[in-house]
Amino acid sequence: MLTVEQLSARYGRSVSALRDVSLTVPEGSVVAVLGSNGAGKSTLLRAISGTLGLHGGSITAGQIAWKGQRLDRLKPASIVRHRVLQVPEGRQIFGRMSVEENLRAGGLVAPASARAEAMERVHTLFPILKERAGQPAGLLSGGEQQMLAIGRALMSAPEILLLDEPSLGLAPQMVARIGSIVRDINATGTAVLLVEQNATMALRVADLAVVLEVGELALQGDAAELAASDEVQRLYLGGHAESERQAEEETTAARRGARARRPLGVWTP
Amino acid sequence: MSTFLQVIVNGLGQGAVFALLALGFVIIYKATETINFAHGSLVLIGGYVAFAVKPHLGWLVAALVGVLVAAIAGLLIERVLLAHSRNASPDSLAILTIGVDVIILTEVTRRLGTAAAPFLGDPYDNKAMQLLGLTVSRTYVVALVVAAILIGLFFLAFRYTSWGLEMRAQSENREASALMGIRSWRVTASAWAVGGALAGIAVLFLATNDIGGGSGLLSSHTVAFAAFPAAIIGGLTSPGGSVVGGLVVGLANAIAAQYVSLDFANVAVYLVMLVVLLARPAGLFGKVEQLRV
Repeated sequence: MLTVEQLSARYGRSVSALRDVSLTVPEGSVVAVLGSNGAGKSTLLRAISGTLGLHGGSITAGQIAWKGQRLDRLKPASIVRHRVLQVPEGRQIFGRMSVEENLRAGGLVAPASARAEAMERVHTLFPILKERAGQPAGLLSGGEQQMLAIGRALMSAPEILLLDEPSLGLAPQMVARIGSIVRDINATGTAVLLVEQNATMALRVADLAVVLEVGELALQGDAAELAASDEVQRLYLGGHAESERQAEEETTAARRGARARRPLGVWTP
Repeated sequence: MSTFLQVIVNGLGQGAVFALLALGFVIIYKATETINFAHGSLVLIGGYVAFAVKPHLGWLVAALVGVLVAAIAGLLIERVLLAHSRNASPDSLAILTIGVDVIILTEVTRRLGTAAAPFLGDPYDNKAMQLLGLTVSRTYVVALVVAAILIGLFFLAFRYTSWGLEMRAQSENREASALMGIRSWRVTASAWAVGGALAGIAVLFLATNDIGGGSGLLSSHTVAFAAFPAAIIGGLTSPGGSVVGGLVVGLANAIAAQYVSLDFANVAVYLVMLVVLLARPAGLFGKVEQLRV
């Protein structure tokens, strides 16, 4: 279980980005983090993955633990060795390296004996990455780059995956695809902490959800309950009907076995 | 014609040594974004230690010790100075390396004294050999062969080993590589050690009568400066470009020295650099980012 306790973080000396945020990600679950721009979603993931320092930020209070082991004092490379992996915002693939080299880089910390199997698993999940193995990663489409970024993180067999806005800038169809990929990854036992502005997709795939507002935890609870709440509907679920329906079709398989949910806030122009 | 071919062989041999230096320079730049102005000092340290050890242990062991010490010197500059200046800008770190260069140069000069002009390439310096009907200096041929082997090995390692993958990943995106579990300090420290080792090897050819001339070991510090234009001609961030840049500098130097004058040879190198930069501001192989958005 990932536990974040009363975490506060800031950038520079004065810009407070998180205040007293507490949340837990139970093993094997998907937890969505919602919030508008500047709410502190990415800061939360950076704090967990240890990369806050690379952005001029630091944790000022609280602690983060994974399976009882404190993470907040470790360097990013050590945190990865605890099988806590972040897929950063904007994908950040190695554009000048080939697709295959990107995946190899992702598997550097995994034991050599496990790399071939991990590569096969990633290729099964994303067949396109096998087809484009020799191509420079920078020339992939946005959706393919996102798949590569996720596949690269999966190469070291994470126990928890931290996804930062995986749907950003993608077409609605691809957004739905990403949603079903998150479900597929979770089905193999990997927990997911999913930061998203696309609340529709995030609440559909998540078991639990939290809402951040200006660095503070505003709401948390069961994803379906939050999806049904007036406040979340009003603030975060103003999705377009068309993409909504499309997304619904695309993720039917992903939702198999999921509990019945109330329809989310949909408006028809 | 045979003179011209001799000049070409000499130019390539000299260029191979510059390529070793420029390659080390580029590896360091790629890993730390720092221009290492102390590269000439790494050359000098390796050469000085080899010179000091040679009477006791013989040439080969002395050469190996010199290379090792140059590698350690590179490692120390990174670990002791740069690693503790994480918040400093690359420009400040570059100036820091100028300070390191001044200190090392002064100390080695003091130790060598003004009278000493040691040369290092005993097994090949000042010896001629026949190659395809040409009489060429052995130093150039040995330098060319050694550099070709080392550069070949480097590129294989760069492409196929985990170390190479880590180097390339980190130089492209530091945050993403940290998120892959790549330990940044190991990449930067190894880059400085490799850069130092290459400088230590280069001095074995630079501090010879054939290539360095002048005042022997001490002049190798000055001659090593030709590695800067070599790296810039190649594109500063491209290891392959640094090798081409090294060869261009070597050839420009040799051709100008033969057909114009010895004094003009140094100027020719910088003229070539200017022409290349006018035509291609990012250097010959300085990559323009290719990204589909």
